[in-house]
Amino acid sequence: MSNFNSADIAAFKDVWVFCEQREGKLMPTDFELISKGRDLADELGVNLCGLLLGGEGIESAAKELGGYGADKVLVCESPLLAVYNTDAYAKVICDVIEDLKPEAFLIGATNIGRDLAPRCAARLHTGLCADCTHLDIDVANYIQFLRESSTLDVDSQKWDMEDRNLKMTRPAFGGHLMATIICPRFRPCMATVRPGVMKKNAFDQAKADACEIVKPAFELSESDLNTEVVEVVKAAKKLVDLIGADYIVSVGRGISKDVEGGIKLAEELADVLGGVVGGSRATIDSGWLSADHQVGQTGKTVHPKVYIALGISGAIQHKAGMQDSECIIAVNKNDTAPIFEIADYGICGDLFKVTPLLIEAIKAAKAAK
Amino acid sequence: MKIIVCVKQVPDTSGKVAVNPDGTLNRASMQTITNPDDMNAVEAALKLKDATGCKVMVVTMGPPPAAGMLRELMAMGADEAVLVSAREFGGSDTYATSQILAAAISTIGVEDDDIVMCGRQAIDGDTAQVGPQIAEKLHLPQVTYAADIQKDGDTITVKRMLEDGYMTIKVKTPCLITCIKELNNPRYMSIGGIYATYNKPLETFDYEKLKDHPLIDATTIGLKGSPTNIFKSFTPPQKGAGMMLEGADKATCEKLADILAKKHII
Ligand SMILES: Cc1cc2nc3c(=O)[nH]c(=O)nc-3n(C[C@H](O)[C@H](O)[C@H](O)COP(=O)(O)OP(=O)(O)OC[C@H]3O[C@@H](n4cnc5c(N)ncnc54)[C@H](O)[C@@H]3O)c2cc1C
Ligand SMILES: Cc1cc2nc3c(=O)[nH]c(=O)nc-3n(C[C@H](O)[C@H](O)[C@H](O)COP(=O)(O)OP(=O)(O)OC[C@H]3O[C@@H](n4cnc5c(N)ncnc54)[C@H](O)[C@@H]3O)c2cc1C
Repeated sequence: MSNFNSADIAAFKDVWVFCEQREGKLMPTDFELISKGRDLADELGVNLCGLLLGGEGIESAAKELGGYGADKVLVCESPLLAVYNTDAYAKVICDVIEDLKPEAFLIGATNIGRDLAPRCAARLHTGLCADCTHLDIDVANYIQFLRESSTLDVDSQKWDMEDRNLKMTRPAFGGHLMATIICPRFRPCMATVRPGVMKKNAFDQAKADACEIVKPAFELSESDLNTEVVEVVKAAKKLVDLIGADYIVSVGRGISKDVEGGIKLAEELADVLGGVVGGSRATIDSGWLSADHQVGQTGKTVHPKVYIALGISGAIQHKAGMQDSECIIAVNKNDTAPIFEIADYGICGDLFKVTPLLIEAIKAAKAAK
Repeated sequence: MKIIVCVKQVPDTSGKVAVNPDGTLNRASMQTITNPDDMNAVEAALKLKDATGCKVMVVTMGPPPAAGMLRELMAMGADEAVLVSAREFGGSDTYATSQILAAAISTIGVEDDDIVMCGRQAIDGDTAQVGPQIAEKLHLPQVTYAADIQKDGDTITVKRMLEDGYMTIKVKTPCLITCIKELNNPRYMSIGGIYATYNKPLETFDYEKLKDHPLIDATTIGLKGSPTNIFKSFTPPQKGAGMMLEGADKATCEKLADILAKKHII
C-alpha cells in the first residue's frame, strides 16, 4: 500500500461501483450505477466491478449485480460491516482501492454515499464530483449531450476527441447552473450519482450466472471504529415510492384552503391513473405530507410517464426534480405561474373544480378503451 | 470546551439567479446570506453554550466582506470569529477548501472536549463534501445529517437521518458533526448582541499566517491544488412550454383525457 500514488494515472484501470446495502438488501441505485458503469467501462475498454461490503453472507446478494452488467463483484464480509459505519467502510474501501487501483469509482448519492465518498476522496487525495446527473467518457457522446441539453454553441469550440477523462455533469446553485467537472491529474476519478437518474438495464440471468465473485484481503478491527451505531430505526409508515412510479399527482400550497380535500382529490386522481401522490416542499414544510413525498432539488428526482402538478407554482427547486417527466400536466389558477413554462398541457383554473372533472374524464377515457 | 462552527457566505439562490451569457454566475446581482444549514449549526452550538457555558467560534473562508456575516453571528451569541482570506486560497474545490479550513481549525487548536460543526451542504456549490473532508484531514470521527444532538460528558449522541429512517450514533469528542434544517430554528440577533459584537475578537488568517502549516502547500490549495476542475458550465435548457388548454370546465378535461388516451399516455 505504500506505493500508492494517486497522481500515477497510468497505474489505474477498471470502473468500480460502490454497491450499497441496507439490512443485507441491495439498493435500487446499485443497479442504476452498475448499468451506467457498464457503458463507461465499454467506452474505456475495461472491466466493471461492483464493490459490496456487508455482514457475513452478503456474498449471496452479489451475483444479481452481474445481471445488470458487472463483470466482477468484490465482496468484503465482516460483522463490523453489516451496518454502515463511516470509519469501517472508509478504511476497507480505501485499502482495497490502494491495492487494486480502479480508474473511476461511482457511489450512489444517498445519505450514506454522501457521507462516505468525500471521506474516501480526501484520504486517497483525489477529486470527487457531487451528485452527478450525467456521465460521459467519449467526447462525441458528450458533445451530443450538450447539443440536446445546453445552449452552448458546441460547433464553435475546439474539442480534443482523444480525451479519455470522465466528464461528470451536475447541477449547482440550486439547479440554476450545470457544471461538467473533470479530474485530470488524480485517480480514481470519483463521483456520487443522484439516485433515480441513470436508467437501469434489463436483468440478464446468464450474465448474473457468469459474474465472478472475488474476495479481496482487508484488515478491520473494532479499534478502527470511532463511532458506535446504537440503533437503526426505519420510518414507521410505508414510504411512498416516487422514484419507481409511472404516474405522480403532486399537490402544492394551492390546496391550502382545504388541505384534506385537496390531498383526497390528488389520491383519487392517482388511483385512477395507478400512481402515487407527491408534493412540493411547501406541503412538506406545512406538515400536510410527510417528507418522503417531496419532489425537487432537496427531495426526490422523478421521471414518471405523467406528472400532474396541482396548485404548484413551479419554483426552480421543484422543477429540478420533475422537469424530465415524459408528460407534465399543470393545473394552476394563475396563468403566469412558472410551472406552465414547462408543462406539456396546462389548465388555468381552480384545482378544486378542475380535478374532479379530470378524474371523471380520465375514468371515461380509460373505460372507452 | 469550545465549538468551532464553519460557516459560508452564499448567494441567495431561492430568488432570481442571474447567469452571464458565458454560463458563469452573475454574483454581483445577488444578495448574500449565511448558508441556511450553517445557521442551524450555529444555533446547535449556541444551545450547547446555553447549557454548558462553552465557547463558540465561527470560522469562514471567503473574501473580506464576509467579516460582516461573522459580526452578525457574534451578535447572535458566538464569542469569537476567524476570517480565512487570501488570494492564494481562491478557486479551491472541496478538497482544497477542506485542506485550508482544516489548517485554520488546527491552528486555532482542537482540544479533547471540542466539537467542530458544519452545515450539511452549501446552497451554492451544493456538494456536501467539505464537512467530511475536514474531518478526514483533522483525523476526527464524523457524524453527518444530524437532526438531534445530545451531549453527556464526552459522549455525543446524534440522530443521523437516512432517507428511510434514522440511525442513533454515539461518538466521543473531539468530533465533527454536519447539521440539517430539522435540527432547530436559528435564533435572531439580540439588541445586546449587536452592541456586544464589535467588542468581540475577529481575527483574520491570511496566507502568511497559515503558510507554514503542514496541510498548506501550493499543490493542495487554491485552483492549482484542486483535483477537480470545471470543464464546462452552462444553464440548463428550459423544457419548452406546451399547450395551454382553453377553459377549465368539463369539455377541457375531456379534451385532455382524449389527447392522453390517443397518445397512449394513459
Ligand atoms: C435550498 C432550497 C431547496 C428547495 N428544495 C425544494 C424541493 O426539493 N422541492 C420543492 O418543491 N421546493 C423546494 N424549495 C422551495 C421552493 O423554492 C418553493 O418555495 C416551493 O416549491 C413552493 O411550493 P408551491 O409551489 O407548493 O407553493 P407556492 O409557490 O406558494 O405556489 C402555490 C401555487 O398554487 C396556486 N394556487 C393557489 N390556489 C389554487 C387553487 N385553488 N387552484 C389552483 N392553483 C392554486 C398559486 O397560483 C401558486 O402558483 C426549495 C427552496 C430552497 C431555498
Ligand atoms: C458550479 C460548481 C460546481 C462545483 N462542483 C464541485 C464538485 O463537484 N466537486 C468539488 O470538489 N468541488 C466543486 N466545486 C467547488 C466547490 O463549490 C467549492 O470548493 C466550495 O468552496 C465548497 O464546496 P460547497 O460550496 O459545495 O460546500 P459544501 O461542501 O456543500 O459545504 C458544507 C459545509 O462546509 C462548510 N463550508 C463550506 N465552504 C466553506 C467556507 N468557504 N468557509 C467555511 N465553511 C465552509 C459549511 O459548514 C458548509 O455548510 C464546484 C463549484 C462550482 C461553482
